[in-house]
Amino acid sequence: MESSVSRRKFLRLSSLAGAGLALGFYFPAAAKAATIINGTDAAALGVELNSWIFIDPSGKVTLMCHRAEMGQGVYQSLAQIIAEELEVNLDEVNIQFAKGDKKYGNQVTGGSSTVSGSYKNLLKLGATAREMLIAAAAAKWSVPASECYAEGGKVIHKPTGNKYHYGELAEAASKLEAPKEVKLKPVSEYKLVRKPLPRQDLKMKTNGTAVFGLDFEVPGMLYAQVERSPRWHGVVKSFNEAEVLQVPGVKKVVKVKMSVHDKYREGLAVVADNLWSAMKGRKALKVVWDDSGFEHVNSADILKRQEEALKTKQGISAKKQGDPDAVLAKATKKLDLIYQTPYQAHAAMEPLNCVAHYHGDKIEIWGPIQAPDWVQDHISKQMNVPREKVIVNMTFLGGGFGRKAFTDYPHEAVLISKEIGAPVQVVWSREDDMTQGPFRPGVSYRCEAALTNGAIDAVRIKMAGQDLSNWMRPDKKSANWGTTEGFADPYFKTIQNISFTDIPFETPIPPLWWRSVYASTNGFAYESFMDELALAAGKDPMAFRRQYLDDERMHKLIDKLVEVSGWNTRKKKGGYGVAIVESFGSTVGQVVKVSKPAGGKLKVDKVWAVIDCGWYVNPDTIRAQVEGAIVMALGAATQHAMTFKDGKAELTNFHNYPVTRISETPPIEVHIMDNDANAGGVGEPGLPPLAPALANAIFDLTGKRIRKLPINLATV
Amino acid sequence: MAKDNEINGQPEHSPDQGRRSFLKNSSLLSALALAPPYIVKAAGAEWDEKAARFFERVPLSIEVNGRSRTLSIEPRTTLLDLLREQLALTGTKKGCDHGQCGACTVHVDGKRVLSCLSLAVMQEGKKVTTIEGLAEGEKLHPLQEAFIKHDGFQCGYCTPGQIMSGVACIREGHAGSDDEVREYMSGNICRCGAYPNIVKAIRDVQKGGQKV
Repeated sequence: MESSVSRRKFLRLSSLAGAGLALGFYFPAAAKAATIINGTDAAALGVELNSWIFIDPSGKVTLMCHRAEMGQGVYQSLAQIIAEELEVNLDEVNIQFAKGDKKYGNQVTGGSSTVSGSYKNLLKLGATAREMLIAAAAAKWSVPASECYAEGGKVIHKPTGNKYHYGELAEAASKLEAPKEVKLKPVSEYKLVRKPLPRQDLKMKTNGTAVFGLDFEVPGMLYAQVERSPRWHGVVKSFNEAEVLQVPGVKKVVKVKMSVHDKYREGLAVVADNLWSAMKGRKALKVVWDDSGFEHVNSADILKRQEEALKTKQGISAKKQGDPDAVLAKATKKLDLIYQTPYQAHAAMEPLNCVAHYHGDKIEIWGPIQAPDWVQDHISKQMNVPREKVIVNMTFLGGGFGRKAFTDYPHEAVLISKEIGAPVQVVWSREDDMTQGPFRPGVSYRCEAALTNGAIDAVRIKMAGQDLSNWMRPDKKSANWGTTEGFADPYFKTIQNISFTDIPFETPIPPLWWRSVYASTNGFAYESFMDELALAAGKDPMAFRRQYLDDERMHKLIDKLVEVSGWNTRKKKGGYGVAIVESFGSTVGQVVKVSKPAGGKLKVDKVWAVIDCGWYVNPDTIRAQVEGAIVMALGAATQHAMTFKDGKAELTNFHNYPVTRISETPPIEVHIMDNDANAGGVGEPGLPPLAPALANAIFDLTGKRIRKLPINLATV
Repeated sequence: MAKDNEINGQPEHSPDQGRRSFLKNSSLLSALALAPPYIVKAAGAEWDEKAARFFERVPLSIEVNGRSRTLSIEPRTTLLDLLREQLALTGTKKGCDHGQCGACTVHVDGKRVLSCLSLAVMQEGKKVTTIEGLAEGEKLHPLQEAFIKHDGFQCGYCTPGQIMSGVACIREGHAGSDDEVREYMSGNICRCGAYPNIVKAIRDVQKGGQKV
C-alpha cells in the first residue's frame, strides 16, 4: 500500500445515479440482521471519500474491511482505527467486507499483518477525511477551519456552536484537495483505540444470522462434492459414471484439475441439485486411481529420513554469524540434540467450501476466503479472464488458520461452474478437509552448542523439513525463509558464533502455512534447546533468557512474566517452564506450570503469557487471540498429529484427530505490554511458546526431557 | 438469506415446498400410485436402495421455532440438513457430520440433540428449537447476551452450537461450577479456543438465576 496518499486520487465522488450493479455486497447493519443486498443498494452507501470511507447524505458512515474476518477481530479493529481519526461513533457505523481489488493493496489475511500492516495508513486516511470534512464546513460557514473541530460524526464551529453532520458535508468535501500532511492523535487522546469495545459482528454470531461461506447461496445453485486423489498426485484411470448418474438428484460428474502450488490435483466432482444427493452420488463413485510415479509416504519413514538428513547432509546456509563450526570442532563441552515435530491439519470448524458462478465473461466467487486479491489474480490467470471480471467476495470465515488463504478450493469451484454452466457450491466433508491437506509440515531439528564456564560459545542449528515456498523458487538454491522464524532477534547480539542451516527435504505431501508457520515448530526446538543450554550452564532458565535476550523491551517483558507467574518464588509442588518466542513482529513469553498427582496423569495447571505487540487496538481481542493460540498449541503439543500411511493421510475426523476441548483447557492469564512501538502481529505469536514451555515444565517436574511432539501426557 | 427469489422477479415459494424451484414435488401418494407392489411392502419395513429410489419424499409434521411445518422430505435427510437446506435456517452449523464437534446442536422438545446424527423423520410431531428461535423477537436470550458481554467467541462458527448446548447445560443443572461446565460442554469444540470466555458466559447466566 502507498505510504502517502496521492492527492488527486484521494477523494472520489461516486455517482449516485450511475453506480454499477455489482452483485454480492455484504451489508450488515449494526442493529439489524444481516441481509445480502444486490448492486443498486451500493449506491445507497453514498459518497466515496476514499476506498475505505463512504458517507451517505443522512450522515451514515460505511467503513470497508479489506481483510478477512476469521475470529481475529479485524472486522472491528480496522473500523476502530479509521473511526478514531475520522471522529465518528463506532456504533453508528456500518462495516462491510471489501471485494478483492488492487486498490486495497495487500488483502492477504495472514502473517498477523492486518493491523500492523495497515494501521498507519488507515489512521492517516481517517484523519485526512476528517480534515477535508472540516474544511468543507468551514467553507460553508465562511470561517477559518481552525475555529472548527470534528466529533461524533459532526463538524462543530466552536465560537457559535453551529453544527453540520458529515452527510451534509461529504459531497463538498469530496471535491476538495487532500491535505499533504495530517496530524495524528497521540495515544493518550484515543477514545476508541485501546478500548475493549464490543465487536459489531457479535449479535449476528449469537443469533445465527452471520453468513459464513457454507451458509451462502445464489439462485439456481447446484452442489458438488469432489472425490479427490487420496494420494494427492494420482490421476483418474476409470470410474463408474453411469452408475453415479443413476443416483437421484445427481446431474453430472465432472473431472477437475485444481491448482495446488505448481501442480494440479485431479478430482471427480459429483454435481447434484442438493447436497445430500451429491454426497450419495459420491458414495456410489468407484474410482480407479493411477498412483504410480511418486512415493507413497509413511510417517515413520519421514522422521527417520529427516534425522538422517540432519546428520549427513550439508544443507543451505540461512544465517551465519562468526564461526560456529570452528568453535564446535574444538569444544570439549558440547550438546548435540535432535528435536522432532509432526505434520498438522488446520481443522477449522467450518470445513472448506466455495460458491462460484462462471457466467458470460464474468466469474463471481463467494466464500470463506482469507486472500481475495490473490484469489482474484490467480483465477484471472488460470481461467484467462481479465482481473476486473473476476469478482471475489468474502463471507465470514469459520476459522482459517492459513488454510483458507489458499487458491485451490476457489479454483476448483470455478472450474466446476464453468463445466456445468451454473453456479455451484463445492462442499468439502470434514474427512476431505482433514485428509486432503495441504498440511503444516513436520520438521526435525539438530541443535548443537558449545559452552564454557556457563556461557554459550557457539550454536549450530539445522532444520530438515518441507519448504512451503519451494514452488515459488524454481532454483531452490536459497534457504527456507522460515529457518530462523521464532528465534528472538536479541539472541543474535549475545551469541557471537551462530548458524542456521536449511536441509532441503521433500515428500509428495502438499505443505502450507499453519498458524504461526515455521515458528510453530521452530519454537519447540529452539526454546527447548535454550532451556537445555541453561541447565547445562547451571543457570536458572529465566535468568539465562534474561542474560541472552539483552534488550530493554525483552527485559521489561521478562520481568513482567516473572512477576505474574511468581517464577522467583515458585514452590516445588509443580514443574515450571518458560519459553520466549519472537514472531511476526511481536514477542510472547509464556510460563507453564504442570503437576502430577500421585498415581495420576500429568496436568497443565496454568499458563501465563505476556505479549509485547507494540501499538495495539483492542485489548480484548489480543487476550482472546493469545488464549486461543495457546489452546490450539496445546492440542498440537499433546493430542493430535497428522500421520501418513501408504501415501494417505490416516486421520479423518475429530474422533481420531482430537483437538483441544473445553474440559482440557487450563486456566490462562494474558498480560499485554503497554508501549507505542511499531505494531506487531497478534493472531499468531501466542502459539509457538506453549510447546517448549510445556516440555520445559515437564522436565522441571519429572527430570524427563521430551524432544518429540506430540507429548502423551498420560505416559509422562 | 431469503431475498434471492425477489432478485430474479420470481414469486417466493411456499415454505412448505422448500425454497428451491428444482426440488421435486413428488409426494408419497403419487409415488405409491406408480410403484409396483413389492415396493409398497418395503415402505413398511426398511428402505432398500432400489425401493428408496421410488420414494423420493415422505411427509413430516414438525414444529420449528414455534412454527408448525408440514414438509415433504427425503427419508434419510438428517435434521441438520433439513434445517439448513429446506428451511433455510443456516444458523445451525455443519462441522463434522459425525457427532463429534457439537456445531449442529439444537433442542428437540427442550433437550439438546446433535442434529447431524438425527434423522429428520424421527422428529415427527416434535418441537425443534434452533439458534434463530432462541431470541424473542429483538430481545436476545440471556445466554446470547452473556456471550456478547463475555466475548464468548472469535470466528463465531461454533457459537450457535455452544449457545444451544449451554442453555441446555444450565437447564439440566450441569452448570454449577466452572469444572462442571467444562465437563458438560466438552461435546462442543471451539477451534479458535474461546473456551475461557464460554465458561464465564455460561456461569454468569447460571449464577444470575434467570429462566433459560
